[in-house]
Amino acid sequence: MAEEMRIVLRNYGKVDPLKIDDYIAQGGYKSLEKARSMDKKALIDEVKKSNLRGRGGAGFNCGLKWSFAAGNVSPQKYVVCNADEGEPGTYKDRLIMEGDPHTLIEGMAVCAYAIGATQGYIYLRGEYPFLVETLNIAIGQAKEKGFLQDFDLEVRSGAGAYVCGEETALIESIEGKRGEPRFKPPFPPNEGLWSKPTIVNNVETYANIPVILEKGAEWYAGIGVASYPGTKVFTLTGDVVNRTFFEVPTDTTIRDVIFTFGGGVRDGKKFKAVQIGGTSGAFIPESLLDTKVAFDDMGAIGATLGSGATFVMDETRDIVDVVTRIMKFFEHESCGKCAPCREGTARMYELMEKVNDGHGSAKDTALMNKLGNVMSYSCLCGLGQAAPAPVLTTIKHFGADYQAKMK
Amino acid sequence: MANITIDGIKASVPDGSTILQAARSVGVAIPTLCYHPDQSIKANCRICVCEVEGNRLLQAACSQPVAEGMVIKTRSPKVLEARKTILELILANHPQDCLNCIRNGNCELQDLSMEYCIRDNPFEMKVRGFKKDFSTPSLFRDPDKCVMCRRCVEACSVIQSVHALGVENRGCHSMVVPTLGMDLIDSPCIMCGQCIHACPVGAIGEVEYIEDFLKAVADPDKIVVTQIAPAVRVAIAEEIGMQTGEMPMETFVTGLRQIGFDYVLHTNFTADLTILEEGNELLKRLGGGGKLPMFTSCSPGWVNFCETFYPDLLDNLSTCKSPQQMFGALTKTYWAEKMGVDPSKIYSVSIMPCVAKKFEAQRPEMNSSGYQDVDVVLTTREIGRLFRMSGLDFTKLPPSNFDSWMGAYTGAAVIFGASGGVMEAALRTVYEVVTGKTLEDVNFTATRGITGIKDAEVDLDGTKVKVAIANGLANARKLMDQVRAGESPYHFIEIMACPGGCIGGGGQPITKANAKRVERIEAIYVEDEGLPMRKSHENPEVKALYDEFLHEPLGHKSHELLHTHYHDKHKKYL
Repeated sequence: MAEEMRIVLRNYGKVDPLKIDDYIAQGGYKSLEKARSMDKKALIDEVKKSNLRGRGGAGFNCGLKWSFAAGNVSPQKYVVCNADEGEPGTYKDRLIMEGDPHTLIEGMAVCAYAIGATQGYIYLRGEYPFLVETLNIAIGQAKEKGFLQDFDLEVRSGAGAYVCGEETALIESIEGKRGEPRFKPPFPPNEGLWSKPTIVNNVETYANIPVILEKGAEWYAGIGVASYPGTKVFTLTGDVVNRTFFEVPTDTTIRDVIFTFGGGVRDGKKFKAVQIGGTSGAFIPESLLDTKVAFDDMGAIGATLGSGATFVMDETRDIVDVVTRIMKFFEHESCGKCAPCREGTARMYELMEKVNDGHGSAKDTALMNKLGNVMSYSCLCGLGQAAPAPVLTTIKHFGADYQAKMK
Repeated sequence: MANITIDGIKASVPDGSTILQAARSVGVAIPTLCYHPDQSIKANCRICVCEVEGNRLLQAACSQPVAEGMVIKTRSPKVLEARKTILELILANHPQDCLNCIRNGNCELQDLSMEYCIRDNPFEMKVRGFKKDFSTPSLFRDPDKCVMCRRCVEACSVIQSVHALGVENRGCHSMVVPTLGMDLIDSPCIMCGQCIHACPVGAIGEVEYIEDFLKAVADPDKIVVTQIAPAVRVAIAEEIGMQTGEMPMETFVTGLRQIGFDYVLHTNFTADLTILEEGNELLKRLGGGGKLPMFTSCSPGWVNFCETFYPDLLDNLSTCKSPQQMFGALTKTYWAEKMGVDPSKIYSVSIMPCVAKKFEAQRPEMNSSGYQDVDVVLTTREIGRLFRMSGLDFTKLPPSNFDSWMGAYTGAAVIFGASGGVMEAALRTVYEVVTGKTLEDVNFTATRGITGIKDAEVDLDGTKVKVAIANGLANARKLMDQVRAGESPYHFIEIMACPGGCIGGGGQPITKANAKRVERIEAIYVEDEGLPMRKSHENPEVKALYDEFLHEPLGHKSHELLHTHYHDKHKKYL
């Protein structure tokens, strides 16, 4: 029987986010103290050993990323938190920042020490203005208590661009430029914010760090699936009974997330599809629900864990209509820098609209298939690469829905 | 060095090479669109994507560095399908206007469509519907044709530091617009036309006056006279399939007569004249009669730039008109007199490497002759079109000479076409005037070359004159900021708006790389070396002009016809 396990949300509801003493009473900032007593290389090795992989969607080994930045000699380095949380249906980072901002601050301070950075930024989604004060108060209290030492941490607001969740677009935005991704290499740990070595990690990723240092890398590595250990916060939306959030080990199956924690499909309807990871996630049919939610397991079925957003659709839902609405989102959010995404997202929406309105034919789905594939390996950044996934996976698994709309 | 394999070819290339560079070194040409050899890597068109073994994602060849052991395929079925699809996407919102387009036959998108055998398009043709901007007399924008490569934005904002072009909006609504979305004429655009060279397609071009010209030629009442800028001859050859510099001047003159010019004269004449006027103006200022450092004023793009961004330093600009405008004023006065013709019948054309000259000719104060001094400016490219339209075979045309009174010139005038040339020409004359000695070696090689900022100290028999030369306006800014801060060590500064000088001007044959500018610069100095006279004050027609008409440099007549004033063009929003 699957059980919730709260690591990043361990203090949620138990501490007053505006009272640092609550956090300290829970053992807060002890890990930072421990980190500062460690040799930097040993500290990074410990994080590497835990096999903590990024929780923003890319799943890159956290410690390995830190080692790249640490390996660069530069008088100035940066620690950036990606709190853009742009994936529709995702609010896990909001939960962490709302309920326990210090776990984020502590995690970032550990990173700063490890790589040798004295400046940090929390890039906060523009749609969370109410969190600016919370974060600033928490940062102020941490500074006052002397925890941050030479680490200066600031909040920077986004302005409503989904694409600024992409790390280099986020960096461009902090630099005051158009939020458009850069080509990689160079990668941010080598050349990032203002061309300096920069670590960009997700809120949830940083939130794990204090516990990993407290309980040890081995402990963490033993939770969930070995290739992607630890827990993941899922936010459930759609036709599910419990439209709420859970934090579960990564060996939990999708079925468990929906039916055990989610309470199943509401109003006694039958399950049709679930889209996990956000708006560019694959649409997963019933037959694949016994897949574990860990990163590589999801990849093996052509899906992505992404942000952990879980959008459930019941039998009455018109998949083609849902996907059309999704493609409108991508047309709107494409930054416009690269041709295949700028043009491709508009064309995908145009074609989906045509099919959805009943004017489409097999030629159109074939074209979307080709276009989607080309986008998935030619676009400059993850937005363009992942945007076609809803179309591609639904053409594959829900072809009947498309057929039903053909003239 | 890194050992890689490209399309089965084994190669050893320097570390840090991109796939594009590595491929070119072994003769594999990967197509590109947003790539420009003299600009930063953009990687936004994705046309150059290639397969790299072991990676599901295709990599952009222009930005991806090679690694030891990399196996690259530039033409696999996956790559060809991706390139073709991306091209189709770009073409599906591009006006199918090739037959009418100013870049018909010289367009990178046309080239790609030909290479990839685009016969139809699975996507519905849908242009964005932007209106064309013909608000300036120099250049126009046709935003519907824009492929968003952003080469023009870099040319304008980085190389020229004018920032008249930028990107607005997001996604499929993103577009390149002038500042704050205004028309070009209201923006800081200084009309240098470097954006035209940067653009791979017909989204930006020069405003053409070919129809006006042909009408004037057809009018029996009009006396069609032309002047030619020194930078034109070295490049006109490129417009008709010859090599840079290969068009002999005498054949060029014949060609111009063939397409309808009644009289062919040379801007070089007034370039020599400018040296006399400006050289004397410099000496006057050196003696305390004016602001120092003095800046040259023959580059209208640079003058626009000074008026827009440094209006506080307008007193440092030489009051001399450009050679084009001096020529215009003299044609309808001095020349008309000498020729015994009615100046109101003169249609004064100027053939220029420049699009800012079209604006300069229309400046309200450029009418000292009593008429608009220069009626129309045609770029090297427009003359190229007229030559192609005429079907002339330049290998068979007989030579002919310039017409009298304003057609003679020295090597000092020729070098005006290259960055540093005005400075060198001025020094050749000022040296002799100040020292009273003959200058044996006329070559001031320190002034030459495409380097952005050059400087030198010249010893005029004890008088030390410090000079600086800038080409490209981001470079000019460095010198200007120094002057503004009161820290400039120079007496005389030559500034050309265009990289390389006029040979790289906005009206020249579409210039894809600085290497071509360097080639043209070389041709300029070769021409200078081959001339019998290389100092402006030796020009017999200039001497005649002073003897009979102007009487003395900076005299009353000169002041009336050959000198001008400037306007503060500072925009509120800057």
